[in-house]
Amino acid sequence: MNRDINKLKEIAVEVRKNIIKMLTESQSGHPGGSLSAVEILTSLYFSEMKVDPNNPKWEDRDRFILSKGHAAPVLYAVLAEKGFFDKSELMTLRKIDSNLQGHPSIKNTPGVDMSTGSLGQGLSVANGMALAGKLDNKDYRVYILLGDGELEEGQVWEAAMTSAHYKLDNLTAFVDFNGLQIDGPCKDVMNVTPIADKFRAFGWNVIEIDGHDYNQIFDAIDKAKATKGMPTMIVAKTVKGKGVSFMETK
Amino acid sequence: MANLATREAYGKALVELGKENKNIVVLDADLSKSTKTADFAKAFPERFFNVGIAEADLIGTAAGLSTCGKIPFASTFAMFAAGRAFEQIRNSVCYPKLNVKIAATHAGLTVGEDGASHQSVEDISLMRSIPNMTVICPADDVETMAAIKAASEYYGPVYIRLGRSSVPTINDRPDYKFEIGKAVLLKEGKDVSIFATGIMVSEALKAAEELQKEGIDAEVINIHTIKPLDEEAVVNSVKKTKAAVTCEEHNIIGGLGSAVCEVVAEKCPAPVVRVGIKDTFGESGKPAELLKKYGLTKEDIIKAVKEAVAKSKMSATQAKSCNISPGWHFLSKLM
Repeated sequence: MNRDINKLKEIAVEVRKNIIKMLTESQSGHPGGSLSAVEILTSLYFSEMKVDPNNPKWEDRDRFILSKGHAAPVLYAVLAEKGFFDKSELMTLRKIDSNLQGHPSIKNTPGVDMSTGSLGQGLSVANGMALAGKLDNKDYRVYILLGDGELEEGQVWEAAMTSAHYKLDNLTAFVDFNGLQIDGPCKDVMNVTPIADKFRAFGWNVIEIDGHDYNQIFDAIDKAKATKGMPTMIVAKTVKGKGVSFMETK
Repeated sequence: MANLATREAYGKALVELGKENKNIVVLDADLSKSTKTADFAKAFPERFFNVGIAEADLIGTAAGLSTCGKIPFASTFAMFAAGRAFEQIRNSVCYPKLNVKIAATHAGLTVGEDGASHQSVEDISLMRSIPNMTVICPADDVETMAAIKAASEYYGPVYIRLGRSSVPTINDRPDYKFEIGKAVLLKEGKDVSIFATGIMVSEALKAAEELQKEGIDAEVINIHTIKPLDEEAVVNSVKKTKAAVTCEEHNIIGGLGSAVCEVVAEKCPAPVVRVGIKDTFGESGKPAELLKKYGLTKEDIIKAVKEAVAKSKMSATQAKSCNISPGWHFLSKLM
């Protein structure tokens, strides 16, 4: 698939603009955690995942779960950019009768593979999708993005055991390691580090990268695909609010 | 009369279904020998997933499998399914309306010796309150087999409540038919409607038999599906008998008793007496001892029926003196 980084950068600018516009229009939502994940989602949807905007439920598609569902704006902006629905819909975010709910909903939005929002539940669902793929001998891959604060949820670690136990090498997870959660820096609220060591101890292949560097993102995705017999966790160091000067690290 | 626990029938039903439908997958959380999913695991090891002692993960994994066309049956004890994993069931299964079946065993007091920590008396209430959820509580082995098959053929979330202890088979007649949301009339009667679910159905039948000797003609209706409730069956019966008793191995708050009261209050006001656990926790003991101590025997049903019939007669008399229709007698107090 096309990995033209200059093109991806252009798309990322559009996505960021739309995130800010949507959130300004809706007057509520989570800009920081959406902006930190722009490069990861842009890379996945425009240069990696097999998806068809004209057939969102295509059964052989690669799947993506936004486990940190509060970053819905980045997912919606990327899906719209990819053509799953009209960009004009973005301005309806969080409004009554909108297809774009405050958190992703499989029933409302074409291209959303799982309803999320309540933190900690996505990885279990991703495991289920990966198990189904193995059972049916399908070669689709399952991608998931978790937040670093989200790792404080116990279910994540239940699921992390399951991914490794069932050797789900068709599963690639990202942690958007932006270091912040609602009540402050993760290290002050509830320290989640060392993230990489924890997942290694749970039997995962772990890769640490700069989550805004396309070359590092693609290199990690390729390594994940080449790794057999274990799931891969890509710990992506990011900046909350990335790309908007007055929002960065806030 | 056969005597089998509904969980035993569940294990058998899964194996049968597994042969017919390759999309059936089964998940458990380290209780497969108790929930009887081990039968399926033995027959179809590649379609069985044990997630260990992790009920939140159990439900989420089932949700993921269902998005890819599988029909997952996820099992653990009712306490840990409806209780511990409530929010996973709510947000990862019911909100996206996924095709996940939760077959929860060891429900109610008849878990027995394990005591209150394992005796789920709230699960019907919890599950019933979630939009998109269907709640089924089979009365015996025959009904369990039929319910599991029906659940597999229905698209959407289903919670099936099963028990640990043996119960008598009551549905072994040739014309027995199971349909989700359709109550089963077991005995016609004109004096009182007894609505029962799960293991209390056979007790209700025994109670009705004794009441008949005393001249009270009770109608017995098996409400195997608590949600969606067969409102028509409830209303038609209560309109005829003008008195109702509900029987369930569950807290009187939020379960069958509440479901029936909601319908009766809105559509055919009449006295209702609820037989169930009186908003208290259970304790260790033998199942029969617990049923007796917590008021879930045929004697308790008989007492409740007499109370309901007396209340009904009293309201009829009051209504007559006020010359308004029975059931609306309380209005006379306001006038």
